[in-house]
Amino acid sequence: RLKTSSGTNLVPCVKLCWKILELRGRCPVRFDMSDNKVTVHFVNRDGEKITAKGSPGDSLLDLVINEDLDFDGFGACEGTLACSTCHLVFSEEVYEKLGPVTDEEMDMLDLAYGLTDTSRLGCQVCLTRALEGMEARVPESVADIRQTQDSSS
Amino acid sequence: LRVEWRRSRSEVEGWIWGRRSASSAAHQKVCVVGGGPAGFYTAQHLLKDVQVDIYERLPVPFGLVRFGVAPDHPEVKNVISTFTQTAHHARCCYYGNVNVGTDVSVEELREAYHAVVLSYGAEGNRSMGVPGEDLEGVYPAKDFVGWYNGLPSNRELNPGLDCETAVILGQGNVALDVARILLSPIDELKKTDITQRSLDALAQSQVRRVLIVGRRGPLQIAGTIKELREMVNLPDTKPEMVASEFEGMAEALKVIPRPRKRLTELMLKTAVDPPAEKERQRRQAASRSWGLRFLRSPLEVLAGPDGARVAGIRLAVNRLEGTGDGSVAVPTGEVETMDCGLVITSIGYKSLPIDPAVPFDPRKAIVPNSLGRVQQAAGLYCSGWLKTGPVGVIATTMNNSFDTAHSVVEDLTSGCLDATSAKPGSTGIGPLLDKRGVKPVSFSDWEKINQEERRRGAAQGKPREKLLDVEEMLKTVPLLGRGFLM
Repeated sequence: RLKTSSGTNLVPCVKLCWKILELRGRCPVRFDMSDNKVTVHFVNRDGEKITAKGSPGDSLLDLVINEDLDFDGFGACEGTLACSTCHLVFSEEVYEKLGPVTDEEMDMLDLAYGLTDTSRLGCQVCLTRALEGMEARVPESVADIRQTQDSSS
Repeated sequence: LRVEWRRSRSEVEGWIWGRRSASSAAHQKVCVVGGGPAGFYTAQHLLKDVQVDIYERLPVPFGLVRFGVAPDHPEVKNVISTFTQTAHHARCCYYGNVNVGTDVSVEELREAYHAVVLSYGAEGNRSMGVPGEDLEGVYPAKDFVGWYNGLPSNRELNPGLDCETAVILGQGNVALDVARILLSPIDELKKTDITQRSLDALAQSQVRRVLIVGRRGPLQIAGTIKELREMVNLPDTKPEMVASEFEGMAEALKVIPRPRKRLTELMLKTAVDPPAEKERQRRQAASRSWGLRFLRSPLEVLAGPDGARVAGIRLAVNRLEGTGDGSVAVPTGEVETMDCGLVITSIGYKSLPIDPAVPFDPRKAIVPNSLGRVQQAAGLYCSGWLKTGPVGVIATTMNNSFDTAHSVVEDLTSGCLDATSAKPGSTGIGPLLDKRGVKPVSFSDWEKINQEERRRGAAQGKPREKLLDVEEMLKTVPLLGRGFLM
C-alpha cells in the first residue's frame, strides 16, 4: 500500500490517475474492480478455447468486441440484425437458457452458414448470471447463405 | 482488484519501445483494384502482413455498399466503419479517381507491386436477349438501383414512372428492393439517403402495382425472408397473388430445410390464407399492390402505339422439371401477355474485362482463378464478384476476399512470388498518373466529400445528400492531388 509520510493513503489517488489514463485510451491495462462478471468460453474455428468475461446485460457480440477477440469478420453489421456474421452454436442445455428468439433474428439466422438447431446470433444473446461458464462455438464460416450455385445460366 | 491487459502484447511493446522499424512485412507491397467491399475486406486481411494500396475508379469508396444497398437498409452499411478503420491503417493507402485500365494498366501495376488483386466487381448487366429490350421504359435493375442510390453514371436515367403497372423480371433481393422502393410511402423514403432527384420523381410516380416475375416456382425464389417480410408489411400496400400458383406447396414444406421452409410458409400465408380481420381491413384500405408471378420467362417486350415506349410484355409459360434448387424451367408452348408501362430486368449483374492483359472467361463473366489465384498469371489475384460471379451478400464477399488474401500471403511467404526484390509501389505509379493528368483522391479527401454530403443531408433531415457528379466531388476537395504519396 502506498502512503505518504504523513500517513495519507495514496491508493485512491493512484486509482483515479489510472482511471483517467484508461478513459483517455492511453492505458494498456484495464482496471476492473467488479466481481459481477459472467465467464464465457468461446471455441474458435481452430478449436482453440478462448475465455472471456462480460457483464450481465452485455450481448455476446459486445463481449467479443470489448475483449478484442480475433474472430475474422464477426459482427459486420454491428449488432443491427442486418447480417449473420455473429452466428454462434451452443449445446442444447445452454441453448434452452438463452431466451426467446424473435422472428427478426430467425430471419437473419436462417441465412447463416452451417445453421444448426442450437444456433443463435451473438448480438441477440445477452449475458445473465445463469449463463456463467457457458460455451459458445464460432462455426466454420461466416458465409451468408444468400448465394446460389447457379450464378450464370 | 484485478488488472487485465486490454491491448495485445505486441501493441503494448510497440507503445513502449516506439514503432518498429520497417520490417520485411512493410517491404512487401500489394495493390488492390476496386474500393468496394471485396477490395476493403481483401485489404483488411492483407494488412496484417503487407503494405496495401487500394485503387478506385470513382473519387468515393465503398462500391455497392454505397451504390447497391437500399437506402432504407442503413444498418447493412455499418460495414463502412470497418472499411474506414482499414483505410486508416498505417500501411494502407486509398487512391480514388484512378481508372485502372485507362489511367494506368494492370501491367504497370504488376511491375510496381509484388502482387495485384483485382476486386472491381460487376458493373455490367445480363440482358434478357429478347426483342424490345431497348424500348423506352425498360431498365436493368442495376441502373435503376444506381439511379436512386446516386451512382454518377446513372444520374440521368430519368425512369418514366407515369404508368400504373411495373413488371420486374427476377425474384432475387435486388428485385424485392426495387419493388419496395417503387411502392414505399414517400414519408419513409425521405428520411433515408436516397437521392433528392429520385425522391422527387418517386413522389410524382403513378406506379401503383408491381409484379415480380420469375421463370421458376415459389420454391426456387432467390429472394430471402427479411426482404419478403418487408413487402408483406409495407404500409398502404396489399399482396396480389394467384393462389393456384401455390398448389402443392404445403406438401413440399414437410421435407425442406428450415430457411426455405419459413420463406415458403410466409409466401403461402400471404397468398393463400384468409387474413385476420385487422389485416383484411388494412388490405382493403391499401392504395398500392404487389405480387409474385411464377413460371414465366420473357419472350418479347411490346411497344405501345408510338412504337417507342413499352406497353406490355409477352411471356412464355413454363413448367418445372426436377425439384428444388436444381429444377429447370421448360417452356410449355403457352404464352401470356402482361400490360405494363415499366419493365425492370433484375436477372443479374455481370463482370466486364477492363484490361486485355487480364484473362477473362466471357461465358461465366469472371476472371478464371483457383482460390483467387488468376490462372496463368503469377502475382495476379481476384476477389469478390469478379472471382465468383455476382451472387451473395457482403458477408459472402468478405469470406471470399479473406480466402484470396490468404492465397496472396501464402504465395508471398512461400517464395512462390518474388517478394524479396524491392518494388516501387505507389512511388512507381504516382509519376505515371501525374504525367497523364490524373489527380488521385486520398481517403482524407473522401472524408471531406463525406462531410459535405452529410452537411447537405442534414439540411433535409437525411443522413446525407450524395454528390451525383464526379466533377462536383473533385471540386469539394481543396488542393486535390497535391501529394500522391502523402
